[in-house]
Amino acid sequence: MEENWKRAKAVFAAMAGPPVFWLAAFFLVPLGIIWAYSFGENSSLTEIAINGTFANYVHAIQPLYLGIIVKSFWFAALTTALCLVVGFPVAIAITFAPEKTKAWLLLLIMLPFWTNLLIRTYALMAVLRTEGYINFALAFLWNSLGHLTAAFGHPLAAFTPLELLHNNFAVVFGLVYVQLPFMVLPLYAALDRLDRSLLEASLDLGAGHFTTFRRVVIPLATPGIISGIIVTLIPSVGAYLTPDLLGGPESLMIANVIERQFKTANNWPFGSALSFLLMYMTFIAIAVQAMVARNRRGAAR
Amino acid sequence: MARRRKATRRSLLAGLGAAAAGLSFGPLAGCAAKAPTGANGEEQKLNLYNWDTYTGKTTLADFKAATGVEVNMSLFATNDELFSKLKAGNPGFDVIVPSNEYVTRMRIANMLMPLDLAKIPNRINILPGFQNPDFDPGRRFSMPYTWLVLGIGYRRSKIQGVPDSWKWLMDSDRYKGRIGLFSEADDLIELAGKYLGHSVHDIPPEMIAQIAQMYIRQKPNIKIFHNDEGQDLLLSGDIDIVMEYNGDIAQVMLEDPDLDFVVPREGSIINSDCLCIPKGAPRPDNAHQFINFLLDGRNGAEIYKTIRYPTPNAAALALMPQSYRENRAIFPPPEAMARCEYARFEGLARAQLYDETLTRIFAS
Repeated sequence: MEENWKRAKAVFAAMAGPPVFWLAAFFLVPLGIIWAYSFGENSSLTEIAINGTFANYVHAIQPLYLGIIVKSFWFAALTTALCLVVGFPVAIAITFAPEKTKAWLLLLIMLPFWTNLLIRTYALMAVLRTEGYINFALAFLWNSLGHLTAAFGHPLAAFTPLELLHNNFAVVFGLVYVQLPFMVLPLYAALDRLDRSLLEASLDLGAGHFTTFRRVVIPLATPGIISGIIVTLIPSVGAYLTPDLLGGPESLMIANVIERQFKTANNWPFGSALSFLLMYMTFIAIAVQAMVARNRRGAAR
Repeated sequence: MARRRKATRRSLLAGLGAAAAGLSFGPLAGCAAKAPTGANGEEQKLNLYNWDTYTGKTTLADFKAATGVEVNMSLFATNDELFSKLKAGNPGFDVIVPSNEYVTRMRIANMLMPLDLAKIPNRINILPGFQNPDFDPGRRFSMPYTWLVLGIGYRRSKIQGVPDSWKWLMDSDRYKGRIGLFSEADDLIELAGKYLGHSVHDIPPEMIAQIAQMYIRQKPNIKIFHNDEGQDLLLSGDIDIVMEYNGDIAQVMLEDPDLDFVVPREGSIINSDCLCIPKGAPRPDNAHQFINFLLDGRNGAEIYKTIRYPTPNAAALALMPQSYRENRAIFPPPEAMARCEYARFEGLARAQLYDETLTRIFAS
């Protein structure tokens, strides 16, 4: 038996080796370099001297940059909340769909991943812009209505297109559009495992549908909800492409500031410090969340 | 300096430019087989790192026919991309095309090889105004390829008269919600300095603060800070008045006669894209031959016919049709050009101050 176990350990090492190497070489080491840069300064146009300075962090915690980070979290929180509200019914619908339909519905959720994010964002721009498809359709309806009312002697004013693109609305809309599948999939995974007899029991024992949903479904789906929130919130905080392409003058997010430090401003140390500040804040947020959840569980016991 | 694309069918490619790191395959792609050696002892090959749609249709084939040297072209979308690619050492490029300000930056960072002027006899074709620019005195490191000027592109039917002042973009609510500005810190601040009557160089800190206030006041009137897709936004009707490069607007003017371009009376910024040889170029002699080839009148005319950017080359200009030579977007009137200045690299500290000012404008 011991032989076997030892061999299994060797197999385990052989299996784990490549991914661990991959993680170290292409994730931890580059991350470490960026971390080191965050304690450095530009010594010339092309060189960075790592001298242990905290100046970049001091610069980064100015109200100017903290404000942008807070705003990015706010955008991300709103996105996550909307994804949850929209995603939950979708996940429930998929869970209770017949087996055959279920496969198709899941495929539809995955389908966007087959297309590049950039292409999807450009497509969204074509839909939202002033001369885009939504305004096109609305103008058509409005003008048709106008012909009708004009026949009764009450012509309508000319159609003013809605401003849907290049503002905060467009950014949140775009983020929800991109992140929704990441919310639906963990929710579905949690709901699919749910024991149906519990729902039947709840209904039999006199709880209404809403109470059953609130007191039975949501608590059982909590792990799925939490992982859904995490995989939606974190990429949204660091969203870069969506605010860049869909946003307007008001929609600057922290990733856009970081990008500019690495490109136009040529200030890698400061960009690194901003990146790590954002990462620390995300870690703290997750840790606080985990602590609160543990306390609550402790209190309930 | 600002990024820009010389795109043909722009919208989609434009965005790909945002991820354009992926577009440059690097000079070593697909060259496993060694090219034959030419008379100068160098491999019959040349790695060119260029902007998109920035050569004539037959330029590279013509060069191969003339010299036997095969040109392998990679593309970049912004000067920053070019700079960062070469920052850690030349990965094998022979000829690059940075803008004037980046010629300075790369020269300071010791990334350029001095040109052997004896190998570039066609430099006599260069217009006198471009023979001895401030950013490269005596043309020791760069040869001019094109020049560009920032100005105002606008839709004639939606704008009153000719908007020949930066005021209409920066300091007025007349075109509220229809204005597009560059999202480049240096262009925005330097042009605002111009509007306030200062040179684009050495803008004092009080004036930078004043400029930030002006833009913050103007923000509700601005529809978008664009990443050099201003000509597309103008063409699609999303905005009616925009800060853009003359060449970009000249391209869309071919598609929509309602569009026009003006260099504001306060003056503007000129840029010049230049041919340079980076340090460590594996085939410097081929590179000199190539630069000399591009500066030839006939070869130049072939290029400018396609790309429609203004040329600094007298011999090429003489061969161009009237529709190019007399296009007021491509060649703004000399009295307007007289008030323009080259942007200059004024050090990293200033670049970072400008960037922070832009962040402040966006965030407030």
